[in-house]
Amino acid sequence: MDRIIKVIFSTGILTLFYFIWTGTTDLYNILIIAFIALVISIIYNRSLFKPMLSPKKWIYSIWYVIFLFIEIIKANFDVARRVVSPKIPINPGIVTVKTKLKSAMGRMILANSITLTPGTLTVDIDEDILYIHWIDVTNIDEKTATEKIVANFEKYLEVIFG
Amino acid sequence: MANLPEILLQISTYFVSAGIILATLRLIIGPSMADRVVALDTFTVISISLITLIACMSERVIFLDVGMVYAILSFIGVVAVARYLEGGL
Amino acid sequence: MEWYRILGSIITLIGSIFLFLGALGVFRMPDLYNRMQAGTKATTLGTILTLLGIGICHYEWIGQILVIIMFIALTNPISSHALARAAHFKGIPLTKGSVADKLKEKESTEVEVD
Repeated sequence: MDRIIKVIFSTGILTLFYFIWTGTTDLYNILIIAFIALVISIIYNRSLFKPMLSPKKWIYSIWYVIFLFIEIIKANFDVARRVVSPKIPINPGIVTVKTKLKSAMGRMILANSITLTPGTLTVDIDEDILYIHWIDVTNIDEKTATEKIVANFEKYLEVIFG
Repeated sequence: MANLPEILLQISTYFVSAGIILATLRLIIGPSMADRVVALDTFTVISISLITLIACMSERVIFLDVGMVYAILSFIGVVAVARYLEGGL
Repeated sequence: MEWYRILGSIITLIGSIFLFLGALGVFRMPDLYNRMQAGTKATTLGTILTLLGIGICHYEWIGQILVIIMFIALTNPISSHALARAAHFKGIPLTKGSVADKLKEKESTEVEVD
């Protein structure tokens, strides 16, 4: 039952994307695409994402996207400052941080968000330990790095994927 | 003042082209294979913006489809090369 | 006065400046990981802003442009993460003056256990 809901949800999303891309209003066209989307969803039914039904998770997701966009803008001004200064001010290194998130999807979103935020790049993930290339290492201790890099994201992601 | 948007879009095309030239230089001089792939990744992502700018200036929507296919191919290509470097292919 | 076209082209100009700075970072930075940092962040925001500006200029294209923006924003960090992992696995060193390399320590201890 759970899997059928996932397949129907994924079929709807794929058809919606086709509709947004082409803007077609031909019903026959849309039915063919819905059938193809259904076949694709059945083939990949093991790795589909469960739809989030509680409104609290939706609100947190929207806040998370806004927060992430602000962080991306900060990251870009940081990169611009480093790139245009004549002697590039960097102090790089690879540090470890520990995450509290359990689900694979949550960890993937966390790793991608870390890549897009100021001065950090995820290099490898090993269970709950993330290896992060930090462009300006202030402290190589694991606890301090966790506090500085992932604590802000986990606040939101724990609610969304918890 | 009527054609201010066109002038601004043209200036953006110059910036994007300068970025593509810098990425190409890194593609040529990059010491190792991985450096070249990073340069190629940057190159393709910047090219998508250039394709969209061309679509806007020539007012032809078909270039957006070209840009989307280019984005998909560049992503798959980079991931495939990464797997190859790891020895998993 | 087509104010929305002016707004869109200004956003596009800002995005293209970020794209240029990202490429400059890829050109100037000393080692692969730092280059990737500049490349990924600047090209993601640069592409988002450039495409969004064009979407405001040609508002009838906004659906397709939003799909491309979503695709770029989701796949750009993934491809850079895959590349960074592969490069570290290949043994490409960090630049001189790097502070720490915890991943290397882990890899060397794993070899000793084997």
